[in-house]
Amino acid sequence: MHWATALLFLVLIVTGACLYVPQLVGLVGRRNLITQIHLYAGLALPLPLIGCLSGSWGRALRDDIRRLNRWSGDDRRWFSAVLHRQPFGHLRRGKFNAGQKLFAAFTLGVMGVMLMTGCVMRWFYLWPLSWRSGATFVHDLVAYLLVVGVLAHVGLALTHPQALRSMFTGRVTRAWAKRHAGAWLDEVELPDAGGVDAPR
Amino acid sequence: MSQGDPRQPTPVGRPVGRRVVLAMLGLGAAGVVAGAPVAHGVGDVLDSLSAGTESDFAGLLPGGDYFQLYTVADGFPAPPPDYRIAVNGLVDRPLSLSVADLEAMPATALVKPFQCVTGWRVPAVHWEGVGLGHLLDEAAVQKGAKALLFKSFDGVYTESLTLAQARLPDVIVAYKMLGAPITRDHGGPVRLYVAPMYGYKSIKWLSEISVVDKVHPGYWEVRGYAVNAWVGRSNSDVGAPIS
Repeated sequence: MHWATALLFLVLIVTGACLYVPQLVGLVGRRNLITQIHLYAGLALPLPLIGCLSGSWGRALRDDIRRLNRWSGDDRRWFSAVLHRQPFGHLRRGKFNAGQKLFAAFTLGVMGVMLMTGCVMRWFYLWPLSWRSGATFVHDLVAYLLVVGVLAHVGLALTHPQALRSMFTGRVTRAWAKRHAGAWLDEVELPDAGGVDAPR
Repeated sequence: MSQGDPRQPTPVGRPVGRRVVLAMLGLGAAGVVAGAPVAHGVGDVLDSLSAGTESDFAGLLPGGDYFQLYTVADGFPAPPPDYRIAVNGLVDRPLSLSVADLEAMPATALVKPFQCVTGWRVPAVHWEGVGLGHLLDEAAVQKGAKALLFKSFDGVYTESLTLAQARLPDVIVAYKMLGAPITRDHGGPVRLYVAPMYGYKSIKWLSEISVVDKVHPGYWEVRGYAVNAWVGRSNSDVGAPIS
């Protein structure tokens, strides 16, 4: 689901750039075709998420969503530690760190806002002209924020090889989990542990 | 919900994720409804930031009243060598005009906005060209003529106007824009400028004006946009600024 969604985002960013950046417009042109691709990729964006929620991965996905949604005091302290370059090994961390939780929420928010503003832009004749301008402004602005977010996300992935590998294999080593996600390890191994995250 | 039940765990921690998503959706919706004046205001800030610099970075950032460049063929086309604009069809005197020929005719200068149907608008653009009505007089339109069909040397785009629309005083065949010959990315050397209508009527990279007996809906019109694209009175507009 992660990779299907990531691919759709990539298509959206590339086609979006070809609709927006004058140098790319001059190079690629074909506004109608690029617009159609951008539109269908955008409408398809929530489908991997919705599909997986109801499929055989649904249970695991819902558990992860629950983990991503809930922040503990330690999550806030993690942020503060990272920002002030202090050690955070003593903090209890679950399967996802607070940065990942924030990025997941941000991505879901981006999907919602871009779908909403994109629909105002596509079915423009339903809305007043000033709403079209407002929607375009928000769409452009959030696109920039998304690109920054994606660059940070990819940069962090490339500098954390074990985590990156786990996105392909679905597994981490026990040693990694003990070091980076102690509370999650407890939750998986100790049946009575309440832990930071919801039990599976 | 009990601590011991693995399927209904007690949630621990605050649902910050949900709050972030809802906050973004709320801000997004507010931006749609109330964002237009912010977008224009941002434009003023961007103008003052980029004043005195040669770069176009202000136009790349969100907001502001800047041109966006669209093309439906692949890229911005170059004019053929020996570029001429043909005026043909139901006329007594077909014309083949070079840019120099147009410049020798009585010039019309306008300072008017360029309004795109998608919402962006550049408020005061200086245009110079020949009134379309003057060209029609030169060519001597025949009885039975009802409309004009415009073609572009990009090989794809077309547009149309009725004869009455074509004879409006602020419809020109333009060769200068913003005080200089129209650049290639803005549709040069020659394009149409139809001031009272949305920008898609102002066909770029103009190659041919044919006088015909009925309106032929143009490129975007066959894709759902209005044929009579009056700003503020078409494409389901409410409250569009009319120059």
